[in-house]
Amino acid sequence: MGLLENKICLITGAGRGIGRAMAELFAENGAIVYANDTREGCMDEWIEEWQVKIPGKIHAIYFDITDEEQVKHAVMAIRKEYKRIDVLVNNAGVEFNELIGMISRKNMEFMLNVNVIGVVNMIQIVSRVMQKQPEGGSIINITSMTALRGNRGQLVYSATKGAVISITKSAAKELAEKKIRVNAIAPGLTLTPMMAQADPEKLQERIHNVCMGRLAEPMDIAKGCLFLASDLAGYVSGQVLPVDGCTIM
Amino acid sequence: MKNREKYDEIFCAVFGVKKEALGETFTFKETAEWDSVAHLGLISELEEAFDVMFETEDILHYGSYLNGLNILRKYGVHI
Repeated sequence: MGLLENKICLITGAGRGIGRAMAELFAENGAIVYANDTREGCMDEWIEEWQVKIPGKIHAIYFDITDEEQVKHAVMAIRKEYKRIDVLVNNAGVEFNELIGMISRKNMEFMLNVNVIGVVNMIQIVSRVMQKQPEGGSIINITSMTALRGNRGQLVYSATKGAVISITKSAAKELAEKKIRVNAIAPGLTLTPMMAQADPEKLQERIHNVCMGRLAEPMDIAKGCLFLASDLAGYVSGQVLPVDGCTIM
Repeated sequence: MKNREKYDEIFCAVFGVKKEALGETFTFKETAEWDSVAHLGLISELEEAFDVMFETEDILHYGSYLNGLNILRKYGVHI
């Protein structure tokens, strides 16, 4: 029996990288996963391949987390089908790295909209479904180690992820009485398709700062998330779990 | 069960009052039991019972028993 047997899980930004790894790991652990992305059709192929292994466990659900109306429709559709949502992972996010003096207003607003307002939208709407469930639910927000430590060129990005930590702690306090746990994961350097395009020399320099001597794989982050989603973390709320291979920044 | 009966039942259950108490004066301001926790509980019960999801603005303005009926009608609920 998996750690998430028959739990209904909604994962945002599941089209690739960390979100996709979570969707697969959760489904392997018995969950019924709603994998979200904004890019219509972008998950259909891998989900189709996946269904051969475990049929009916991952459903694609396309909507924009910054659009309250779209979020409502998506949540209503899940509620209609299963009457509940047990786990929400706020993984969707955008990142632009710009040095001070070159920070674009457009990118800054985009990051604030997706990384902060989108997360609040999701929590507001999904918690309304969770709070009716006697067993509550689990919300996991993906932040970043840069929120805890700061990083050159990531002033705005780190600020948005810092906001995610504040959101996590406040939401945890407010939703505890409804048995809804709210936690965050702070990934360190993770080998995503975006990272694979980085300059190999610079990348190697950064890997030197990781005590465990390698970048995180998306599955490393997904495993941390699985713990927080599951009943193993039943008494854990309002926490930020760094999954960074012990990085010295 | 008719929608109005369902609506009344939810109010009675959430606020722990009898049906006779419901009416024009049953408002957020006038009802001691209507705190923020009860408010969200009410919204959540109504959403499930009538299969709707309210706009944030409507949640903020759902301040009375009677006004709530108008808000539900906006979502196509015959009540």
